[in-house]
Amino acid sequence: MTSTEPQAPESLYAAREPIFPKRVTGNFRSLKWIIMAITLGIYYITPWIRWDRGPNLPDQAVLLDLGSRRFFFFWIEIWPHEFYFVAGLLVMAGLGLFLFTSALGRVWCGYACPQTVWTDLFLAVERWIEGDRNARLRLHRQKKLDFRKARLRVTKWTAWLLIAVATGGAWVFYFTDAPTLLVDLFTLQAHPIAYTTIAILTGTTFFFGGFAREQICIYACPWPRIQAAMMDEDTITIGYREWRGEPRGKHRKAEGAEELGDCIDCHACVNVCPMGIDIRDGQQLECITCGLCIDACDEMMEKVGKPRGLIDYMALTDEERERAGEEPKPVIKHILRPRTILYTALWALVGVALVVALFIRPEIDMTVAAVRNPTYITLADGTIRNTYEVRLRNKHGEERPFRLTVKGHPAVRIQLEGTPYQTVKVPADSMLNQRVYLQAPPGSDPAKAERTDVRLWVEDISSGERAYKDTFFNGRAN
Amino acid sequence: MAKQPKQQKQEPSTTGHEWDGIQEYNNPLPRWWVWIFYATIVWGIWYTIAYPAWPMIEEATSGYKGWSTRANVAQEIKAAEEANAEINAKLVNAELSKIPQDPELMAYSRSAGEAVFETWCAQCHGSGAAGFKGYPNLLDNAWLWGGTLEDIHYTISHGIRNEDDADARFSEMPAFGEILPEDQIEQVVNYVMSMSPAYEPKDASLVEAGAEVYDINCAACHGPEGKGMESMGAPNLTDAIWLYGGDYAAVKDTVMNSRYGVMPPWQDRLEEYEIRAVATYVHQLGGGQ
Repeated sequence: MTSTEPQAPESLYAAREPIFPKRVTGNFRSLKWIIMAITLGIYYITPWIRWDRGPNLPDQAVLLDLGSRRFFFFWIEIWPHEFYFVAGLLVMAGLGLFLFTSALGRVWCGYACPQTVWTDLFLAVERWIEGDRNARLRLHRQKKLDFRKARLRVTKWTAWLLIAVATGGAWVFYFTDAPTLLVDLFTLQAHPIAYTTIAILTGTTFFFGGFAREQICIYACPWPRIQAAMMDEDTITIGYREWRGEPRGKHRKAEGAEELGDCIDCHACVNVCPMGIDIRDGQQLECITCGLCIDACDEMMEKVGKPRGLIDYMALTDEERERAGEEPKPVIKHILRPRTILYTALWALVGVALVVALFIRPEIDMTVAAVRNPTYITLADGTIRNTYEVRLRNKHGEERPFRLTVKGHPAVRIQLEGTPYQTVKVPADSMLNQRVYLQAPPGSDPAKAERTDVRLWVEDISSGERAYKDTFFNGRAN
Repeated sequence: MAKQPKQQKQEPSTTGHEWDGIQEYNNPLPRWWVWIFYATIVWGIWYTIAYPAWPMIEEATSGYKGWSTRANVAQEIKAAEEANAEINAKLVNAELSKIPQDPELMAYSRSAGEAVFETWCAQCHGSGAAGFKGYPNLLDNAWLWGGTLEDIHYTISHGIRNEDDADARFSEMPAFGEILPEDQIEQVVNYVMSMSPAYEPKDASLVEAGAEVYDINCAACHGPEGKGMESMGAPNLTDAIWLYGGDYAAVKDTVMNSRYGVMPPWQDRLEEYEIRAVATYVHQLGGGQ
C-alpha cells in the first residue's frame, strides 16, 4: 500500500463578506422609498381600521380570530369550512408571482418582499447612525473597540431592536382586537402567546434585517431557485450593456482613451449593491433586481457626460439586438407574450371564480352527516327512523330562526331532537348542532325500501334564505 | 456576500490512503456541520443522564429530571378534571329534569356523556347505542323501566337485577316451562304474537285459547291489554320492539325459560357527574321521554 502525501484539505466554506451598501439617489431609489412607505404603512395601519359589523361581531376591519375560528376582512367573513377562499388567494398570489417574475424578473424580491423592505429600513438606520459606506467600512476595520465604536454600535442595535419590537408588536394586532390588546400589552395583561409571538418576531426581524440580510435571499429563500424557471430571454431584468461598457477602464486624458468603453470602472454599481455582487458579471442568482445599480451608474454617466442606461432594465434579447446595432423591441412586446398572457388568464380565472363564489355563497349554511350506526331503528309502533347530525351555520350578526323541512317522499317526515317544532334558533355568528330524525310510518314505501333519496332544506324564516343538502333514507331492506 | 471559493488549479487532496490504486478524495464536512455533530454528541450524553435511558435489570435509569409519561398522563387527567370541576359541579347540582333546558349543560353532557358511553356502555349497547339481542336499543322510544331522564339515571346508578343493591330494579318473570303445560304455552305464545304489529301468530286458531291463559298468568305484570308495566320492568307486548326477538321460537323460549337480563350498577364505579352526563347523552339520542 502506497500513500500519497496528506495535504491540507481544501476548504469549501467561505465566510460571509460583510456588505456596506453606499447611499444612492435616483428614480429607483425613490420608487423603493415610496413602496417601503406604502408596504410598511399597510402593515402598521391595517389592524387599526375599524369596520362596524353590528353588536355581536368584532369591529376590526382585518381580524384573524383564531379563538372563534373566523377571518374578517372588511365586509367579508370567512368561516373555517370556507378556507378554500384563502387557498384560492394563495393560488392567486402564486400565479401573480409567476406573472410578475416572467414579465419583470424578480420585482417582488427587489421592491416588495418583507425581507427587502426591512433590510432596506435597517440599512437606512445603519447609514443614519454610522455614516455612509466609507465610514462604516472604517468602523468595521477598526479592531479596537473604543468608546465611539461602542456608542455607534449600541445606538444602531437599539434602533434596530425598537424597529424589530414594533414589527413583532404590530403582527399580534391582526389576531385580536387591537386597541384592547395595546392596553393589555402595556399593562402586562395580555396573553403569554402575544408576548411570545412578539419576542420571536422581534428576534427574527432583528437577526434577519440586521445581520442575515442577503443571506436569507441567497441561502434560505427557495423562491430564487424557482424564479429561474419563470424567467426567459424576454423577461425584463437588470443587465449591463456590455457592448457599450467594455473594455472598461479609467478615462484619462491619456492616449488610448478612445478605445475604452463607457464603463469607467468606478465600482459605483458594486458599492451600492445590497447583495454585494457586480452586475457587470451578468445575471446572477443573488441579484434581486432592486435597481439601485441603475441609479448609481446613471449618476456616474451623467457626471462623465455619457448617456444614461449603461446598466438598465432590459431583456436579454435586447442586449443582442443592440449589439448588432438594431433597435430594441418595445417593452410592451416583451411583456405581452403567450406565457404572461397565460399567467394573467389563469390569475384572472381564479380571481373571478373567487369573487363569484364570494357573492353567491349563502349567509346560512348546513352540513348533514347521516348517522349510519345503526342505519335505521324501529320505533315502538313500527315506524322506521333514520338519524342525522345536522350543523346549521348562521353567519348573520343576530339570532335567526331556521326551519328544517324534508322533500323527497311524502311519507318521510322530519322531527327534531329536543323540540316538538321544526324551527330552531341559531345564535348570531355561530353554529348549532342539531339531531334530526326522518321517519317513515310502518308499511310505507320508504320504510320498506333499502334507500330513498331525500333533500333536507333549511330556511331562514326571517329572510327567506334557503339552503339544502341531499342525503338518503334507509328502510328495512328485507 | 459570499463569494465562490477560488478555484484552485491543483489536484484535489485525498485522504492519503490508497487501496489497489483507488484513492479517496478528502471532502471534509463544512465547519458548522461538524460543530453541530459535536453538539449532538454532547446533547446525547446529557439526554441519557436527564431522561430515562439506560436499561437495567429491573427498569431503565430514571434520569435526574424524573420525567415519566405515566406521571404526565396523571397530571393531564388531573388538570382536565380541575378544568371541568365547575361545570361538573353545576351538572351534579342541577335538577335532572331541568338539564335539557340548559344549553351549556346539554353541550357538555353530549360530549362528556358520549365519552362515558363509549368507554363503559358500548360493550353491550353498541357504539351507536342500537343494542343487540338481549341488550336494549337506546335509540328507540320503548323503555322497560321508563325513559325519562330520572328513570335512565336511576337505572344507570343501580343497575338491573343487581343483587347487591336493594334499590336496584328487579324484573322477575317466572319460567313458565316449569309451571304450564306446553300446549298452553303454545297457545299463549300465539296470542302474544297476535298483539304485536310486527308479527303474525303462527297458528291463529290458538289465539283465543291463548288469551285465556294470558289473562290468568301474564296480565298481572304485562297488563290486561299487554301494554306492559314500567314499575316492574314488564315489557309492552303490543309494540314492534322485541328485545330477544319476536318470532315464534324466540317468544316461546322467553315464556318457557324467562330471560333475566342484567345490567351492572355504576354508582360505585363512576362519578355522579359522569352518570348524569351519560344519562343525559342517552336521553337525547332520540328515545328520551
